[in-house]
Amino acid sequence: MSSIQPPSEILWWKQPLDRVEGTWIAIALVWSLIMFVMMPLWHVYGKQNLSNEAYRTTPEAFQAKTMAMVNEYTVRTETDQQIPVVRPPPGSDVYLIARLWQWWPMLELEKDQTYRLHIASMDWQHGFSLQPVNINTQILPGYEIVLTVTPDTSGEQTIICNEYCGIGHHNMVGKIYVTEGGS
Amino acid sequence: MTTQLFRTCPESGLQFHRPAEWLMRANAVVAVVILLIGGLTAVGVTLTRWPAIHLLPADQYYQLLTLHGINMLIFWIIFFEMAVLYFCSSTLLRCRLATPRLGWVAFGLMVAGAVMNNLVVLRGDSSVMMTSYVPMPANPLFYLGLILFAVGALIGCFIFLGTLVVAKEEKTYEGSIPLVTFGALTACIIAVFTIASGAIILIPTFLWSVGWIAHIDAAMYRLVWWAFGHSSQQINVAAHVAVWYAIAAIVFGAKPLSEKVSRTAFFLYIAFLQIASAHHLLVDPGLSSEWKIFNTSYAMYLAVLASMVHGLTVPGSIEVAQRAKGLTKGLYQWLRKAPWGNPTFSGMFISLIGFGFIGGISGVVMGTEQINLIIHNTIYVPGHFHATVVLGTTLAFMSLTYYLIPVLFRRQLAFPALAKWQPYLFGFGMGVFTLMLLAAGTLGVERRHWDMAFTDSALGFDYPASAYTLMGIAGISGMAAIVGGAVFILVTVVSVFFGKRVGSESSYGTVTSRLMRAQPDIVPSGGHAAAGRWGFAAPGTFLFALFFLAIFVIYYAVNWKYLASVWPLS
Repeated sequence: MSSIQPPSEILWWKQPLDRVEGTWIAIALVWSLIMFVMMPLWHVYGKQNLSNEAYRTTPEAFQAKTMAMVNEYTVRTETDQQIPVVRPPPGSDVYLIARLWQWWPMLELEKDQTYRLHIASMDWQHGFSLQPVNINTQILPGYEIVLTVTPDTSGEQTIICNEYCGIGHHNMVGKIYVTEGGS
Repeated sequence: MTTQLFRTCPESGLQFHRPAEWLMRANAVVAVVILLIGGLTAVGVTLTRWPAIHLLPADQYYQLLTLHGINMLIFWIIFFEMAVLYFCSSTLLRCRLATPRLGWVAFGLMVAGAVMNNLVVLRGDSSVMMTSYVPMPANPLFYLGLILFAVGALIGCFIFLGTLVVAKEEKTYEGSIPLVTFGALTACIIAVFTIASGAIILIPTFLWSVGWIAHIDAAMYRLVWWAFGHSSQQINVAAHVAVWYAIAAIVFGAKPLSEKVSRTAFFLYIAFLQIASAHHLLVDPGLSSEWKIFNTSYAMYLAVLASMVHGLTVPGSIEVAQRAKGLTKGLYQWLRKAPWGNPTFSGMFISLIGFGFIGGISGVVMGTEQINLIIHNTIYVPGHFHATVVLGTTLAFMSLTYYLIPVLFRRQLAFPALAKWQPYLFGFGMGVFTLMLLAAGTLGVERRHWDMAFTDSALGFDYPASAYTLMGIAGISGMAAIVGGAVFILVTVVSVFFGKRVGSESSYGTVTSRLMRAQPDIVPSGGHAAAGRWGFAAPGTFLFALFFLAIFVIYYAVNWKYLASVWPLS
């Protein structure tokens, strides 16, 4: 019963390591360091990294920027709610509003072009989950997160809210369409 | 000075201080009552997320999910941990509990807080999930309940620390405190940090909810709340690892391979475990990658290293103890001949495997800065923490309870045949459940989401059919685990309240015996390694650890590969 008794040796910290422990610690430490180094390495060699570009904002300021984009680049509207579908030029700043319980507007992007996607919440916390490509970030009120994104698959992507935001949470769905380049 | 009454359990040799004994019983009983509430809510949640059944309407689903999260992750675990802290101090050190009356104050505050919080959520205006992210408002009593509970738990932590001081002062033990008490001390230190963080965020949030503070910043809330929310689960890790060591000692007489290594590993928990609360903030705006990488990796994975060490030394100590008894044939005779029919052992061993293989690996993978992009807030996350907190902590605590029923409650275990099967049913059900959630999360199925079919939404989305299959199997295996949990509650409640008595009340006395050092090893000629192989004292465990590492490496690499397939981001 010795793990529930005081150590048998008075100077227990001077007991030598068992070989099985020493070997395993060495292996586990190497693995820990490899996992640690992988993250900075991916920043250098990998393509999926957050720039962590973010700004403080207010609902009014962010809404104004979004409205300006919508007014200039709307190509059509969809659903009974007449949600605008916006086709901003490649390379431009694109704005997406998260609010109870809607992603607004819808976006139409060109494949293999890069966009600066700004997202902010007008009210509570939301989760930006793009499916099926499966990219997930946190959206907060008061903060504007910027994702520099290059869609490399065409077709329809759905934005699902994956931060619980009240009773309409599961209906908070938006769309991003990716068209083949040059159209 | 009042006379202190003690009794010595004739079978285990453990010595119980009477006031401590009653506090442990009260905390453990309330813990199991809360486990029952958590289990009932689990039925509603599981049957709603099982797509073919989709039982509850949305409002009830979110309400029950809030109740389920708080009761299981906070109340059940911390009530039980209070009993563990009192056990590891007063009972293991054979000393009187410091300030038992204050212990009842702590208990009263915790009960009042838990009841208040539950009632407010049941009223229906505080379905804000366990995380209660601002600025989504809850009823002020929601936060006040949590604050009262936390104050009570904090008092309990200080009683534990005070008891260590009493034991040292009154010289009730020789030498250093036992390893298991050291593990409980680790849990207690983490708990103090956790509760302080909880106070720093919940008190202002309470004041905000009553209108005295105008604004709480959402990013700041998340940073400080997770220092509470995640660290509370780190208390569990330290506590259940201590319970593993305790059960290895109780069932096998196992001794740590070396005190130095096991204690250093606990110390690494104290130093590095908490910073990994950053896991939750990896895709948040406002934090730099340097901050995220350092914190999410526990400063170069030093706490993961600690868990990998415990993962070797706990079964390794069992292997050495078994080999010393002559079970030296082959690599695994020691394991085959283990008492698999004793739920205290089988539960502990399934807890160890489930925590390591499923909870540990998935936690490290999703806590990798970039890989979190494909996992954040998907149902992968509940998959991970059901493996750590349910398979790991809850099952470890269940195993300890089977041991405590005769020893602490002095009752014979009721339905021993059911108890024998319970860890397998619960462990297997929960194991399959967690694997299904991990897989469904990889397909992008969201957590805390009422309807994966989006039937009421103007814009829908179709998950692949395989996602529905996985969630269906999760529903079935989740229900199997719930049945396993119900068996546990049946066995413990019937044993404690209606079981046959063991021993008699009159056995209390004032005479106590001092806790002596463990006997020095009777080392076989050529050291422990002589009973093992390749110069290793525990070759079977070592090979098993290498198998674990191989799975870890492969799964880690697969997830980087998956990440590389999503849209480029910078």
